[in-house]
Order: sequence, then structure tokens, then C-alpha cells
Amino acid sequence: MAVLTYREALNRAMTEEMEKDPNIFLMGEEVGHYEGAYKVSQGMLAKFGEKRVIDTPISENGFAGVGIGAAMVGLRPIIEFMTWNFSLVAIDQIINSAAKMNYMSAGQFPIPIVFRGAGGAGGRLAAQHSQSFESWYAHIPGLKVLAPYTPSDAYGLLKTSIRDNNPTIFIESEVLYGSKGEVPEGEFLIPMGKSDIKREGTQLTIVSWSRALMYVLPAAEKLAKEGISVEVIDLRSIRPLDEEGILASVRKTNKVLIVEEGWNVAGFGAQVAYLIQKEAFDYLDSPIERITQEDVPMPYAANLEKSSLPSEEKIIKKVREMIK
Amino acid sequence: MSQPKTKKETEDLLELYRQMLLIRRFEEASAKAYSMGKIGGFCHLYIGQEAVGVGAISALEQKDYIVSTYRDHGHALARGLEPKALMAELYGKKTGIVSGNGGSMHFFDKKKNFMGGHGIVGGHISLAAGIAYASKYREDGAVTLCFFGEGAANIGSFHEGMNLAAIWKLPLVMICENNHYAMGTPEYRALSVKDVSVRATAYDIARDHIEGDEVRKVRDHVKVAVERARRGEGPTLMEISTYRFRGHSMSDPAKYRTKEELEKYKQGDPLIKAEKDLLSAGWAQEELTKMDETILKTVEESVDFAEKSEEPPLGWLYKHVYAENV
Repeated sequence: MAVLTYREALNRAMTEEMEKDPNIFLMGEEVGHYEGAYKVSQGMLAKFGEKRVIDTPISENGFAGVGIGAAMVGLRPIIEFMTWNFSLVAIDQIINSAAKMNYMSAGQFPIPIVFRGAGGAGGRLAAQHSQSFESWYAHIPGLKVLAPYTPSDAYGLLKTSIRDNNPTIFIESEVLYGSKGEVPEGEFLIPMGKSDIKREGTQLTIVSWSRALMYVLPAAEKLAKEGISVEVIDLRSIRPLDEEGILASVRKTNKVLIVEEGWNVAGFGAQVAYLIQKEAFDYLDSPIERITQEDVPMPYAANLEKSSLPSEEKIIKKVREMIK
Repeated sequence: MSQPKTKKETEDLLELYRQMLLIRRFEEASAKAYSMGKIGGFCHLYIGQEAVGVGAISALEQKDYIVSTYRDHGHALARGLEPKALMAELYGKKTGIVSGNGGSMHFFDKKKNFMGGHGIVGGHISLAAGIAYASKYREDGAVTLCFFGEGAANIGSFHEGMNLAAIWKLPLVMICENNHYAMGTPEYRALSVKDVSVRATAYDIARDHIEGDEVRKVRDHVKVAVERARRGEGPTLMEISTYRFRGHSMSDPAKYRTKEELEKYKQGDPLIKAEKDLLSAGWAQEELTKMDETILKTVEESVDFAEKSEEPPLGWLYKHVYAENV
């Protein structure tokens, strides 16, 4: 099994899909000659040429719209946002055009497009460049939202997204690009709406996804040494959501903590909590808890940034309280 | 230009007149149905602007694409979409052009390359650039025609779409239907330039500006832009000056403009102009009256069809939220 970085796994997924289907193209700022602001598209211009790896000016609203228009007539664009923070100027196109086109046209114009790029918090980038938007996009019917944690999931889910006939929001965590993991040889796809148990346990379920798992998994490891057995579910797919996977784990452990990098108010974890209380209320031995980013724009100061995010310590402390 | 000289020219004008008259009668019927509460939501009528849509769309081939705004009834009829399906859509019926999912602002017809009916002012401009982009990518020789109002010329999507179309030399014809009011805001309070096509110079692309009261003139000018696009010479930004005789939508009494102004523009009614030209070219009034009667019958049939059609089944609520993966 090959060990790849997260960015290499994404690159491999796009390259393989583009080799197969000439309707796929990659478009975005610096994706071509610069080979990607985060080097996800390294080598792709040389391989596919300027026709299929297209540098754009700084105009997210414009090139998001161009991608959607091209998808209306059957092309399959991959639109890279340098970071999801810049998607906000294109959000009208994503919501009002991409998400709704198939519905408004009664199925005449599906939009097979992937919007992808770096998301999440980190790197001391401060308030405007450091935030998680999974909850925003998950709110919109017509969109699918994915946020993989491992290189293997990134590969398998990106391939599925490219082949999906719907607009997909593919949020890569900026701090994970260099992380390494085993990616099986040969082609494989990971279906949407399927969570993955990243660690089995019996006493409490932690539901999480993307970069927050960087804190959750080591915390679970440490808790195991104290004799507390935590099950960790990586959602991977935010919409569609693996409701059964979550519920099965809750029925087994009877306690749930949701850990997310995004904000608390109207955050996606609230939706997961609603699902659990509605469908598995009788199985709960304690209230559902959440650890999220603090309810503030991201501060720059290293200590404040760290304190605003979920952490191993916060998770360990919360789990100990819940297990008592 | 106005007077057709040969029989062929006269017959040509007659067909364009027929299309304009169909739009006029369809819109009058829509207004009536709206007043009776049969049509919901917003309903933006095209009355007064018919020569623009009919003239411009008649310059296209079947393989070409049209992207429209929320004021899309006229463009759809000019493209030959079925009046019955359009009226049924206004009624929100199962038999509507998009099964009652869209209503007035969201007509779509894939078979006719009619790419919508878009409700966000100017948002569709970059979509049009994307469709034109796909034509260039595939080298299919098609041209995309995008209609928008002068109000849309001030939003970011317009500028971004123009710049991208210009740098990539996309086969795109942008038609600003300047009817002088963005809802209630007159152009002089909103536009930094009087003529939107002047903005083409900022993107170093071709421009054109005409009055939109003569249907054949509109077509001839649009044809030049369409041919330029087809030759691979890039986009054109046109302003076609026009006027809507009704308010912004059915709920707008249009008190922001004077009766005198409206009367002045009504003198330039494109239908009256075309009718006069046909009569002076020797066409009989009674022929035109007969044509009108036939059109009225078509429109009545479309209303009747809409009235009698069923509402979409409740089971369709979730249909088409997601496309199937085959």
C-alpha cells in the first residue's frame, strides 16, 4: 500500500478522472502555471495542457458561474477555490444557480460540478482566512458536502464527487494537505453518505470530521490508557449524512460527544444532536455534548487561536465528565 | 430600414410581427390571469420590448443558446417554446414547461437550448459565459445570447463575466435591454454611463448600440455580433434601448414615471411600427386582423389548457432536488 500525502491523494484522484473523461476540466486561481496555491494540482498543467487546467483571474463569482454554465451543457468542471473563504463572493452562484438548477428546470439541467479547495481553521491566518463552512453549505438542498480527513478518504471521495451528477462541496482541510496516510493501490471509490469508524469503542461515541479528528483521535488514545473506551466516527460525508451509522454507534455506547471545528450556533453538530435525540433518545444515558470553535472570529495571537479551537485537553476533560 | 421593399422582406417582417403579436397577446392574457389570482408570485411582463427578443433570437440558429432573466416570457415565445406549456407553468401546473417548479421567472427548455429564466439580477451573466465557454471547449460552433437589463450592468457578475468572456474570446453576445428603469430606479440615478455598451471599451471588446423599436433592425445588428462570435472573434456588448409599457412586475403601478413619458414611448410601439410597415408594403389590414384572431385563439387555448391541467402530484415535492447518478 502506498503512503501518500493528502494533497497527493487529491491530485491522483483528479488526474485519474481527467484521463478517463475529456469533459472534466480543472479551473481556478493559480491551478495551472503556479501548480496550485497549495500544490494540489502539481504537474496537471504539464499533463493536460491549458485547455483543461485553466488559470482564472481573481473573480470567484465569475468563474464559479462559468463552471455552472459549462455544467449545464454537459461538461464536468472541477472548480478550485484557493480557500473556501473566497467562496463567499461566489455563494450566490453556488446556492442560487448550482444547487437549484436541476430543481428549477424539473430535471432538465443537472449540474455535475465539484467545488473544492482549502477550508477550515489554522496557520494563524486570522479572522478572514480561517473558518469552517461545512454547516453553511450543508444547509442547502441540492448540494452535497464532503470533508475527508485521511488521504485515502480524500482520494475515494473526490473520485465519487467528480462522477456525481450533482454539485458537490468538497472541503479539504488546509492543515491536512501535508499529512500522510496509506492509500490502497488501484482505483477505489468511497460512497457518499457513509461514515467511517476510525476507532472502535464501547463507552462513548465521538462524532467528528475533518481536521477536528486531529484532536479527537489522540484524545481517544489517551482516554483508552485511563480505561475509557471511546468510539470515533468520522462522518466524511456531511450531506448526505450517514444517519444509521451514527445511530448504531449511539445505541452501542449510549453517550455522544460531537466535536467540530466550526462555530456552535446553528452548527452542523446541532443537526446531528437533533437526529440522535429524535431517533435514539431512549438509548441516551447522558445529554449530548458538543465541543466547537469558540463563538468568536478567529484571533491571530497563537495562544488565543489555540484556545478558540477544539483540543485534545478539552475533549479529554469533557469525556471524563461524561463518563463519571 | 423600416419599409420592406421586396415580397421576401415583407413576408419576413410578417413572421416577425406574428411572433411579436403572440408575445403581446400572451402577456395580456397573463396579466388578466394574474389579476384574477390564477398566477402567483412575481410576473414581469415584456409588453413594449417585443422587438428586442424577437429580433435578436431570430438572428440565431437552432444550435445556439439563449440565457434569459426573470422577464423571460417574451424570449421563450420568440424561441418557439410552446405557449400551452408556458401558460401552464405560470399557473403552476404539472403540464408546465418545468412541471410547476419554476413559475414565471424560471422557464427552461433543453430541447430548444433555452437555458432559463434566472431570478437573480445579473447572476446569469457568468452562466452564459460558461455555456459559451463550453462551446469553445467543444468547438461546437454555437453562440450564446444573453439578455439582461441595465440594472444588471452594475453588479459584479456582469463585470466578471465580461472580463472572462473577453480574455477567453468566448462566443457570447450580451444584450442589455435598457428599458430605463431597474424596478423603480431610473437609469440616470444608477448608471455611471448613459449607454451601457460603452463599458465594452473597458474590456476591449466589440460594442453596439441601437434603438429597439424596429424588429428587423434589431435582428440585423444582432446578426453582426453573432457572426463575429461564431468566427471566434469574441464577445460583443450591445445595448438595445427599449421601454416596458407596464410596471416592473404586475405588482408595480409604476408611479415613478409620468403618463406623458409612457405616451411618448407608446408612439414607438414596435408592433404598431411593424404593422404600419406591413400595411404600406401592401399587406391587407384584414390579413393582419385574421392573424391576430388566430393568435388570440392560440392564447385562449393555452389559458384553457392551463386551467384544465392538474397540479403537480404532492409526491413530486422532492423530485429533482438531486439528479440521479446513472
